[in-house]
Amino acid sequence: MVDYFWPAAKDRHLIGQRISRLDGPAKASGRAKYTYDLKPQRMLWGKILRCPHAHAKITSVDVSAAEKMPGVKAVRVIQGPGTEVKWALDEVVGVAATSEALAEEALRAIKVEYEVLPHFVNEANLAQAPKVDAGAEEVVGDPDAAMAAAEVKIKGTYGMPPVAHNCMEAHGQICEWTGADTMNAWCSTQAVAGVAGQFAEGLGIPAANVHVVTEYMGGGYGSKFSVDRWGVECARLAKLAGAPVKLMLDRRAEITVAGDRPSAYGEIEVGAKKDGTLVAWNSKSWASGGPGGSGDPPLPYVFQIPNRRRKHSSVPTNRASARAWRAPNHPQGAFLTMSALDDLAAALGMNPLDFFIQNLSITGVNEKVYREELQIADDLMGWRQRWHPRGDSAKGPIKRGLGLSLHTWGGRGHRSNCEVTLHPDGIAEAKLASQDLGTGTRTVIAIVLADSLGLPLESVKVSLGDSRYPASGGSGGSTTVGGVSSATRRAAQNLLAMIFEKSAPQLGVKPEELEAAEGTIRVKADHGKSLTWRQALAPFGQTPVTATGSNPGTGDLTSSGVGGVQMADVSVDVETGVVRINKVVAVQDCGLIIDLKTAESQVYGGMIMGISAALSEEKVLDPVTGQVLTTDFESYKMAGIADVGELVVHMMTGPGYDERGVIGVGEPPVISPGPSIANAVANATGVRVPFLPLNPRRVLDALEANAAKKKETA
Amino acid sequence: MQPFELASPKTREQAVRLLGTDPARATILAGGSDLLGLMKDNVVTAGRLVYVKSVSGLTGVHTEKAGGLRIGALTTVDDLSADAALGFEYPAITAAAGHVAGPQIRNVATLGGNLLQRPRCWYFRNGFGLLAQRDGKSMVVDGDNRYHAILGNDGPAYFVQPSTLAPLLIAVGAQVVLFGPQGERRLDLEKLYRIPKTEGEREHDLKPGEVLTEVLLPPVAGRKVYSYEVRQRQTLDWSLATASVALEMDGGGKISRARVILGQVAPVPWAATETEEFLKGKTLDVDVASKAGEAAVAKAKPLSQNRYKIQLARVAVKRALLAAAGIVEEGA
Repeated sequence: MVDYFWPAAKDRHLIGQRISRLDGPAKASGRAKYTYDLKPQRMLWGKILRCPHAHAKITSVDVSAAEKMPGVKAVRVIQGPGTEVKWALDEVVGVAATSEALAEEALRAIKVEYEVLPHFVNEANLAQAPKVDAGAEEVVGDPDAAMAAAEVKIKGTYGMPPVAHNCMEAHGQICEWTGADTMNAWCSTQAVAGVAGQFAEGLGIPAANVHVVTEYMGGGYGSKFSVDRWGVECARLAKLAGAPVKLMLDRRAEITVAGDRPSAYGEIEVGAKKDGTLVAWNSKSWASGGPGGSGDPPLPYVFQIPNRRRKHSSVPTNRASARAWRAPNHPQGAFLTMSALDDLAAALGMNPLDFFIQNLSITGVNEKVYREELQIADDLMGWRQRWHPRGDSAKGPIKRGLGLSLHTWGGRGHRSNCEVTLHPDGIAEAKLASQDLGTGTRTVIAIVLADSLGLPLESVKVSLGDSRYPASGGSGGSTTVGGVSSATRRAAQNLLAMIFEKSAPQLGVKPEELEAAEGTIRVKADHGKSLTWRQALAPFGQTPVTATGSNPGTGDLTSSGVGGVQMADVSVDVETGVVRINKVVAVQDCGLIIDLKTAESQVYGGMIMGISAALSEEKVLDPVTGQVLTTDFESYKMAGIADVGELVVHMMTGPGYDERGVIGVGEPPVISPGPSIANAVANATGVRVPFLPLNPRRVLDALEANAAKKKETA
Repeated sequence: MQPFELASPKTREQAVRLLGTDPARATILAGGSDLLGLMKDNVVTAGRLVYVKSVSGLTGVHTEKAGGLRIGALTTVDDLSADAALGFEYPAITAAAGHVAGPQIRNVATLGGNLLQRPRCWYFRNGFGLLAQRDGKSMVVDGDNRYHAILGNDGPAYFVQPSTLAPLLIAVGAQVVLFGPQGERRLDLEKLYRIPKTEGEREHDLKPGEVLTEVLLPPVAGRKVYSYEVRQRQTLDWSLATASVALEMDGGGKISRARVILGQVAPVPWAATETEEFLKGKTLDVDVASKAGEAAVAKAKPLSQNRYKIQLARVAVKRALLAAAGIVEEGA
């Protein structure tokens, strides 16, 4: 029985180093081929005719003209007469043709008639919603008595609109049938192993007959776990046409139907004692993520206020269904909670840093982590030196301020299997049906394998993105790094056990006295007694040696529950409402870090995504048509590199963190930018801008409303 | 994108012949940074694209013997931003050109294209027509109009004219040269733009078959020129409100004549005539600049969601005037 463990700090030669991603040069040079880049022989172009109405019943579909067009090889009605369409740009007819232009021409030749039905797409004002699925009220303690007794309390309404995932590589796939019931599919997916089964189910063929390949992938952020209707339809078109079909979404469809992070709005009341101790919380929140309603953000977030009442309602809307968006529900929970707590700190006349620290005892297991992180963040931001009460007194229109927020996430490693093959030439290969979304998964597996076998990185190869390799979980919820690194570590340790078994007699010691290091198998206590890697492999002859490893398994290689802190420094032009980020500090814990560089990159990426959503992103739904209006990168405003300011990342490592094992870090850094920036804007201007994104309209509207209120009370 | 015919004339005459007089059948392709996207989205369809990049004599900034500059309409925005003669005469123009979109777009986009680009109105861009009317009602008025007009918005047009350079060129008194089947004519750039009243009308006054070939700038002659844009994002974003100003000063430091043109707030580059009147005879300071901003938006009418743009236009005017005069407001 092998005892699985992560090596102690002194025994790691790669783990925890700052290592550039292995596929960086291939990506930067264009040699890496994404699904969008591939073009198999005889490939046809698939396109989808989409419903322009947000809510309608299809009354007739006439594809006869399209079918007769030369070069059109397949036409398939996806949703026929009688079907009720519940969001704009839902799929109606698929076509495959010999060129992209011809496929589009065929779409224009199709006649579909609709009976247009009433739609509802803007849930910000709950009173206008035709239907509300009210959730159950949850009560802990005695919120009414506690609120009545609270010495200081605030009440506020806060909210954030839906945003789109907007993956740089749109959703889509290429399907190629290799027999009557066998198919290859190149997919832009976050779940190579899982999507094969989804194809099989949709097509009625054995899952084992579907071969899914995703060598490179252009982003998913939670929106690419499903094969989606267009995936199955792509396969059907390929079958009908007898040729491979590529069907990728265009940007308009990508933004409209392939990504939606639910909105969240809340009326919140929170109370504390005069000394800042939180005592009571009351929240009435609502949100939407399409016809099925929304998720349920954790409220209150992080701070488990002893007396609390929450009620969350889900509002069905006529927009495409919600998809998991990096840390599902947490950005919403954090924004609603941290905004209200910051307003309460202002009402208490307290520095929010002191206020947050004072209440850390109700944050649960991460109390100590937060305390350490807040100290580091304070040092990196110079919070205590620079913080001022609400409302920068500087002359002129530019006001500067600081804001902060805390967050948490799980991140335990998912189910994963790894097969390690030791080739006779000494190269070790890890195979997993996992996928690298651009996060560095490939690199992390290589580091674990090389570090475990005492080999340089050049002597290991990672093969992933293929459903024929051992199954590994979908990449979501920050579960991948813990899963694949644990499975790979166990496989490597199993492989070493096999080698040590053969090497021990040659070196005249017991197997457990051996270690693999510096390209040798050697006696731990006497490094002079060693075998070269080749000598050690000689007893196995020409047949490669394989071993497997799985997660979960014995040994604490992964765990869950991280804490993070972010602080933002912003300048607000109160005459134009333009918010500029000066600096954002992120201090993040994620257990044992395999690659410090890619871990930091994940945090940078999360911060940038969060800053973008905080400042400018919004999926704008037209009340008139129910269509999304922000259908390109011009109107769907994502932050550019000049907009994100100086980003400072500090990863918590060493004793207290490393021994927790490997924990994922994809989600946590995206949670706090919204609240920390919004709180900084409140600190700068003296006015709460309650709704994201913090664009000139939102900021000026809030300043104007505040001025009007002041006038009224004066 | 629908199939089209590509014609590559070498002369202005050939271009005009190939263009014909039916705008629905043929259209000019210059840099293509906007047109091709519109065609891919089927917002614009044209059987023939008359690709004018090979037409000779329509690029570059030329100094006229009598003073002033003559700029070819096919000069790229990037070349404009780097032109020494233009920068010497009108640094505000080279600076504004340098902030248009991003480097890739500036590298292909042309001066003519910048002046004649279609509105960015998201109803227009999503295929609902320039006036975005449905059942005789404006979708803009009932819909999401956060970026739409606050001036000149009596309807039915509510889009905003998007050109970065147009307000500034109008402020300095630019003329355009138009070449068409009837030969050449000159027009004040200001008169090129119009507010359409029906869906079939265009937002400019080019006659069928006419091509914008050149832009003529008078000498700066001591005027103080500046353009201020309110932008949320630093790059690749549209201004939310622009004010371009050109001030003629008398010997005593008073304004003798002011041109104040607003961008992004009306279906045409908007001449703030009340402000221009107000500024006459004034010595510029922070108070005068603020009042000038107030005057510019005195007649503004917000739609349901664009009230904030009134404040943006107001402050853009103030800041453009102060910057033109070299006055630094405390704390700004």
